[in-house]
Amino acid sequence: MNTKAITLAASVSLTAALIAGACTTAMVAPDHHARALEIIKRDFKPRGQAGLDRLDADPVQAICNRTDNTPPVSIAHQMQNEQLATVAYPADGVLMGDWKKGEKLAQSGKGFTWKDKPGLPVGGNCYNCHQISPKELSFGTIGPSLFQIGKIRGNTPEMQKYVYGKIYNSKAFNLCSEMPRFGHIGALDSDQIKDLVALLLDPESPVNK
Amino acid sequence: MKNTISIGIALMLGVLPPLTFAQEKDATEAEFEKFRTEMEDSNPAELFEMKGEDIWNEKRGPKNVSLAESCDLGKGVGVVKGAYAAMPRYFADAGAVMDAERRIVWCMVEKQGFNFDDIAKKPFQGRNDTSAPDITNLVTYVAMHSKGMPFAVPLDDPKVKDAYLTGKEITKYRAGPYDFSCNTCHGVDGKRIRMQNLPNISTAAGAIKGVQGWPGYRMTGGIMLTHQWRINDCFRQQRFPEPRYASEVITDILTYMTGNANGQIYNGPGIKR
Ligand code: HEC
Ligand code: HEC
Repeated sequence: MNTKAITLAASVSLTAALIAGACTTAMVAPDHHARALEIIKRDFKPRGQAGLDRLDADPVQAICNRTDNTPPVSIAHQMQNEQLATVAYPADGVLMGDWKKGEKLAQSGKGFTWKDKPGLPVGGNCYNCHQISPKELSFGTIGPSLFQIGKIRGNTPEMQKYVYGKIYNSKAFNLCSEMPRFGHIGALDSDQIKDLVALLLDPESPVNK
Repeated sequence: MKNTISIGIALMLGVLPPLTFAQEKDATEAEFEKFRTEMEDSNPAELFEMKGEDIWNEKRGPKNVSLAESCDLGKGVGVVKGAYAAMPRYFADAGAVMDAERRIVWCMVEKQGFNFDDIAKKPFQGRNDTSAPDITNLVTYVAMHSKGMPFAVPLDDPKVKDAYLTGKEITKYRAGPYDFSCNTCHGVDGKRIRMQNLPNISTAAGAIKGVQGWPGYRMTGGIMLTHQWRINDCFRQQRFPEPRYASEVITDILTYMTGNANGQIYNGPGIKR
């Protein structure tokens, strides 16, 4: 067993312990969380690419579900580090691609619903949740505005690494982030993530004009 | 009436001069509101309501009985007044908490002898369908008879309260490729996806936005859709598999959401974007 496997196993058992703990306290009243899980297991059917396996919470989802998105800090830190360890940075060390391609990707919200064609490519969905380029006026507000992010915070190697990592696996920095884990789940590949990093950090991108 | 509708839509989609985002959003919303007000006297939902009334009174199904003479929506057999605004509620004959649509389906199956799978095969009107399914017309008819009444989900009934609390847990449940729950999009005040406002269904002010106007006539496509459809389509956006039609997972969510809207006036079937 390598070290990564050991920490993973440790965290899974920690999670299990915490979940068990939460269960005991909730036993006093009928446990509506447990009831909800039963119903969710029973009342869905697969459609298109959306199989029933999608209903199973992975360890990160499980702990966020159990704690109203506020897990104990020590566990959150450990699990964030495990999520960070999943980020595959490009071998050549180049983290910025083509902002124009990044803009197209950020616009598209296609992918993963039961109506969508299975498989890749899928969109980045970024404008659904973020303000990005000033030219796009139809943007969502679930996430913070990313307008001028490169102008304000620079495009140093550290900043590029952070943004690449955030897009690859948002949970590496904030365990219960509402943002999907685009690289981790295989939705976006390394070149696509580089294009998005460029959209956000390249001084030539309209985001930073 | 069909003419007024298409004129309204043409107005809405009409060429607008280039505007800033805020202006454009305000203008679109103002046009929509104007259209909605104009429509109030000739609400397109009325067409569906009228069909629903006929279906409600007609002897149908293998047992050849009408819903009017057999179906109890909680106010007595055949009574529709005030029933929609007081659901979901517990029905002892079914041993379950049911929302309006689930209850009417139950009556069609148990009282009239229809086959559940036949109803569930295509329960919602599609973009290219020329007419709505019977169940949609029936729900619209029943809903119309709660217009002007306050929502009154009986949360003091422990079984209803259980459904409410379970529904609350379901709206928090994150899973799937994107880690989404209902609350990702509807858990905080004042959020948007692109230009669409997202009601925070955990608050009274947000929940009423989430239940008001359903069942609703959709201007895009000119079709009539129920509250069950809305939840179904949001599970699609959540990247979940499909909820089974008229199942408990939907009823529990509707109990939670409608319960949060309790005390506020229902304006009847409406118009949705
Ligand atoms: C469902 C909504 C959602 C989607 C879709 C989404 N994000 Fe996010 N994003 C968030 C939220 C919420 C935050 C802030 C909380 C956090 O740190 O995770 C965030 C944070 C970020 C940050 C960190 C900002 C900072 O100030 O450090 C970056 C960078 C980012 N998102 C980029 C993207 C990109 C690029 C995409 C498209 C591939 C995207 N996001 C898609 C919700 C979303
Ligand atoms: C990825 C984001 C997303 C998720 C997840 C999501 N919704 Fe929605 N929801 C939307 C959007 C977008 C709309 C459309 C708003 C509009 O048309 O103005 C909407 C509309 C609604 C409405 C109707 C609001 C109205 O104005 O009538 C309700 C009710 C609702 N959602 C409930 C839910 C429930 C319950 C869940 C969980 C099962 C859920 N949503 C999950 C994005 C989402």
